[in-house]
Amino acid sequence: MKYQKRQKAIILLADGTIFYGKAVGNKQGTAFGEVCFNTGMTGYQEIFTDPSYYGQLMVATNAHIGNYGVNADEVESDSIKIAGLICKNFSYVYSRVDAEGSLESFLDKNNLLAISDVDTRALVSYIRDNGAMNAVISTDVDNIEGLKKQLLEVPDMDGLELASQVSTKEPYFVGNENATYKISVLDLGIKKNILRNLAKRDAYIKVFPYNATFEDLEAFKPDGYFLSNGPGDPEPLVEAQALAKEIIKRDLPLFGICLGHQVIALANGVSTYKMHNGHRGINHPVKNLMTGKGEITSQNHGFAVNREEAEAHPDLKVTHVHLNDHTVAGLAMKNKNCFSVQYHPEASPGPHDASYLFDQFIENIKKN
Amino acid sequence: MPKNPKLKSILIIGSGPIVIGQACEFDYSGTQALRSLREDGIETILINSNPATIMTDPSMADHVYLLPLTTKSIIKILKEHPQIDAVLPTMGGQTALNLCIEADEKGIWKDFNVEIIGVDIAAINITEDREQFRELMLKIGIPMAPQATATSYLKGKEIAQEFGFPLVIRASFTLGGAGASFVHKEEDFDELLTRGLEISPIHEVMIDKALLGWKEYELELLRDANDNVVIICSIENMDPMGIHTGDSITVAPAMTLSDRTYQRMRDMAIHMMRSIGDFAGGCNVQFAVSPDEKEDIIAIEINPRVSRSSALASKATGYPIAKIAAKLALGYHLDELQNQITKSTSALFEPTLDYVIVKIPRWNFDKFEGSDRVLGIQMKSVGEVMGIGRSFQEALHKATQSLEIKRNGLGADGKENKDYNQIIEKLTYASWDRVFIIYDAIAMGIPLSRIHEITKIDMWFLKQYEELFLLQKEISTYKIDTIQKDLLLEAKQKGYGDRQIAHMLGCLESQVYNKREEFGVNRVYKLVDTCAAEFKAQTPYYYSTFESDMETADGNRYPANESVVTDKKKIIVLGSGPNRIGQGIEFDYCCVHGVLAAAECGYETIMINCNPETVSTDFDTAHKLYFEPVFWEHIYDIIKHEKPEGVIVQLGGQTALKLAEKLTKWGVKIIGTSFESLDLAEDRGHFSNLLKENNIPYPQFDIATTADEASAIADVLDFPILVRPSYVLGGQGMKIVINKEDLEKHVVDLLSQMPGNQLLLDHYLEGAIEAEADAICDGEDVYIIGIMEHIEPCGIHSGDSNAMLPPFNLGDLVMQQIKDHTKKIALALKTVGLINIQFAIKDDVVYIIEANPRASRTVPFIAKAYGEPYVNYATKVMLGHNKVKDFNFNPQLNGYAIKQPVFSFNKFPNVNKKLGPEMKSTGESILFIDSLKDDEFYEIYSRRKMYLNK
Repeated sequence: MKYQKRQKAIILLADGTIFYGKAVGNKQGTAFGEVCFNTGMTGYQEIFTDPSYYGQLMVATNAHIGNYGVNADEVESDSIKIAGLICKNFSYVYSRVDAEGSLESFLDKNNLLAISDVDTRALVSYIRDNGAMNAVISTDVDNIEGLKKQLLEVPDMDGLELASQVSTKEPYFVGNENATYKISVLDLGIKKNILRNLAKRDAYIKVFPYNATFEDLEAFKPDGYFLSNGPGDPEPLVEAQALAKEIIKRDLPLFGICLGHQVIALANGVSTYKMHNGHRGINHPVKNLMTGKGEITSQNHGFAVNREEAEAHPDLKVTHVHLNDHTVAGLAMKNKNCFSVQYHPEASPGPHDASYLFDQFIENIKKN
Repeated sequence: MPKNPKLKSILIIGSGPIVIGQACEFDYSGTQALRSLREDGIETILINSNPATIMTDPSMADHVYLLPLTTKSIIKILKEHPQIDAVLPTMGGQTALNLCIEADEKGIWKDFNVEIIGVDIAAINITEDREQFRELMLKIGIPMAPQATATSYLKGKEIAQEFGFPLVIRASFTLGGAGASFVHKEEDFDELLTRGLEISPIHEVMIDKALLGWKEYELELLRDANDNVVIICSIENMDPMGIHTGDSITVAPAMTLSDRTYQRMRDMAIHMMRSIGDFAGGCNVQFAVSPDEKEDIIAIEINPRVSRSSALASKATGYPIAKIAAKLALGYHLDELQNQITKSTSALFEPTLDYVIVKIPRWNFDKFEGSDRVLGIQMKSVGEVMGIGRSFQEALHKATQSLEIKRNGLGADGKENKDYNQIIEKLTYASWDRVFIIYDAIAMGIPLSRIHEITKIDMWFLKQYEELFLLQKEISTYKIDTIQKDLLLEAKQKGYGDRQIAHMLGCLESQVYNKREEFGVNRVYKLVDTCAAEFKAQTPYYYSTFESDMETADGNRYPANESVVTDKKKIIVLGSGPNRIGQGIEFDYCCVHGVLAAAECGYETIMINCNPETVSTDFDTAHKLYFEPVFWEHIYDIIKHEKPEGVIVQLGGQTALKLAEKLTKWGVKIIGTSFESLDLAEDRGHFSNLLKENNIPYPQFDIATTADEASAIADVLDFPILVRPSYVLGGQGMKIVINKEDLEKHVVDLLSQMPGNQLLLDHYLEGAIEAEADAICDGEDVYIIGIMEHIEPCGIHSGDSNAMLPPFNLGDLVMQQIKDHTKKIALALKTVGLINIQFAIKDDVVYIIEANPRASRTVPFIAKAYGEPYVNYATKVMLGHNKVKDFNFNPQLNGYAIKQPVFSFNKFPNVNKKLGPEMKSTGESILFIDSLKDDEFYEIYSRRKMYLNK
């Protein structure tokens, strides 16, 4: 082993602010995206492969990233979905008997640019105070003006449809075909652990592309419908909203997570909005207003459902709220077999406090 | 449901004297709990026998009882306060829980209609009775190591036969692993089994199959009455299973756990806590994880109370566990409470860290001659330090710099061990220096795989060490003129001190410092905020680090600093670092009062300390807390940043005091007694001249630097002679010798341990009475706050003596001499603040043994006995805010107060328990007696004869 000197790299924000760092693995390159931060202390591999992060430059707030390497069955999709990684200490060395390799080689395989040795805390404080914005990470440190120009061309996340970029192109099946329940899933960027959670509850699942129609999903003769998580703004997802309306109209069992939850709100005429800097982490407190109990949840969203409109809506009730900022964390329809949550009961990464929601979905299917 | 309206008056049980395994973390938790209950308008009644605590201050509770922790005392309190609705026993460690159980068994709580809150007795019983606990865990599907209970010697033997070796023996219902041991070989089994059975109050031991080398973790949990559970902190022991967690180097957050394994552990912890009973409060769960691909998790134990680890977790995360646990005991739900740090988000959440903390225990084996220094499952450390950094390496370095064992950090300080065999031996049998030996092993070229094989320390940690060493090697190829900014910044980010870098570059520390200034490689301060900066925090709890720059859109480039300096006048109080024998909780008591008094005088107060167990490092004690090593470089940078009016050094014991010289040299104002006076008191020659000038007697003495000189001095002084090195703590290395042979042996011994040190040789006044006085002086007037007479004769360290306040058999003539001498010395030393003077009295003549112009161990005791805020007064005098004559002194004491030393010898079975000039006690308690006819006094006094007859 020898001491390794690392190359300089920067992150340049759309407003011109720069944070200095070093390139991980001495890789050269430039990557654009909306900068966001995740406060989880574990689960980097799950986060990096979560399709909901598509197009985002991820700041990991944990002091060290990569300590336990990577493991093939701890991914949430087939590849890394973040646009770039920004961290404080990148662990080139790792230790875990079960690991298949280092995080460095995993990033390499996915051709992902990462920069380390950044004052991530200052960067997070900056995003907190000034809101999420587009940014670029680059090793081209002497070309700030050029990067600024390129950065202007990156589209704004507000109004941006991204689900099509990460959704499956062809339908596929998950689980045991002899399972008790059948579920049709609309893939807006689904995490594998949602499918694992459904399959584990004796369900056979068919996963459809983001633009599938009700007829497509219905043809599987499902007992229930599921709208997945995913990246981007829910508003442009008009096909998914139409699909949700159709399912609701027929009062079929429907469950939505994250982006799916927002689509259900929009299908009911409740608007969504882009949050200041979003919720991304595995320590988010949610109160279940039905039981009065708290849960610690995994969250990852930059858009949210308008709470006033949801509360005023005659058919909706707010079932869960976020305890820190009182945003809507869960919705249910009063006279329909439909509910949704803004957060991630499938965890991965994160606590399992909310896994009861999958049971509830199965119960709803049984009731039908 | 909000708080239970039936609870209006609550009894809190403290943890009593400090012993190994139960230190000042319970003053911290008790103090928080009292404040927390008071916020809710609850009347608080406190019992604790430890006078050196903040919690026993009259201002902390509505009624404070400094009584022995017995059911007799409980009954007395409950009779005097029939209004008490409930008892909260979870803040005072195992001692408080045990007392609560005893009172419960005797039906006392029932008799007085007192509810137990914060825990239920059944839960304690389950967790303490290892057999029951095991059955329950198996029932709920939580795996445990093969284990069985023995209540007899024969049964124990049978179990050993069944499990095979290695085994662990643990005694039931004991503290800090007392009576616990590893048994590697069959031939050791009999003795260790017998000892375990004897030590257990119920004559029961648990025998476990040893999980040697498994990774060890702890989770800190909080649960409310609505059954919401949150994990406040995960802690990973760098030392794997086999070393008591109190003796382990621990790290938070966990460094080597994947989310999958961590979440499994989290689920198990929550399941376990819910299974042991229905209570609202804190809980600690310990786990072992198999170091293989299976990552099997096994439960070790669960403690349904606030613990040493929860104090660490509070300091590590900023989340005040004891404060919130007290609220939960009142019936509040977590979602009804605020995050105390952000003041804008919910208390129902799990803190997240964007830094790393490393805790390293502090041992005092030098005080326990003959003790087994190998670490095992019985805790042996007496204190701990915590380092906070933006990387594991930085935190590790800061923790080693906090230890005050004359090391500058890992490596690069010329103190490395370079003996291959010794290193291998020390890796195999971990002791106090393990943290350094790993570095030395890597420096020597011992492969990491070999170090891992011996120590079972996770490779990730070893690789962090290796990176440090590689960096050291790289830097060593440069000189001060050739080193580049990036490399220097990296060294600082990884925690290397300027001194270490100077060592690598072959230059002076000041040159490295100047180079840093030149390059702009400066410390910045970051906040401990529970949330990784996701929310704005309100709490001024800082640590230092070094960061890469940020640059604003208009081209302003700098490293981001979060500690904004105000334009108020500021005072810095230096803390006392890790607890150790001779310097314990008393000094934390003094620091806290110094901070509060300075605030009363209108200053912004700044606390610097690195001991996570303390009240001084609670984020709401001072206006600003810098959780930093009490190490020159860190302190100087804070001073440079804050520009205070001055620094108070006389409240933080020897740790703070010994920085006075350097502070003075660098032009920093010392508040109160000047460095020159401190030094004068410490320098035996000069001090004796001062005594001579003032016609004050002192035992004949001289100074030696070689054995020859010592021998010559002995011809003049006459035996017995007291030999000690100068500038030491708690009588370290102090010995009474009676002939030349002994003298030579001890002198040679001391000089080999501390080369170059001066040795003081005093004629020892045999059979003399020892007394001491504490006083406050403003340079003009002296007020003696208390005079104590030791029950043991001169020759037993004052910290190990029973001290009576006021003296019980000193005549008027002697008392007058004590008063006169005290006043003369205080004035002659130009004391501004506190002073402690120790006397030997023989044939009605009062001799001076030593004078220390600083807060002493006895100040809190006197303050408690007389019910007077002496440290507050002294601080105001130091600051020049008041004169001694401004205060209306009004001490109140009926009868006498005795300061009784408490020892932790049961942790060191082979140690010589004989008392002498070297201090051995770990704590103290206070006993009030009405008259000298008291039985307990009589018993202590009768022991005096035993010493005299020796």
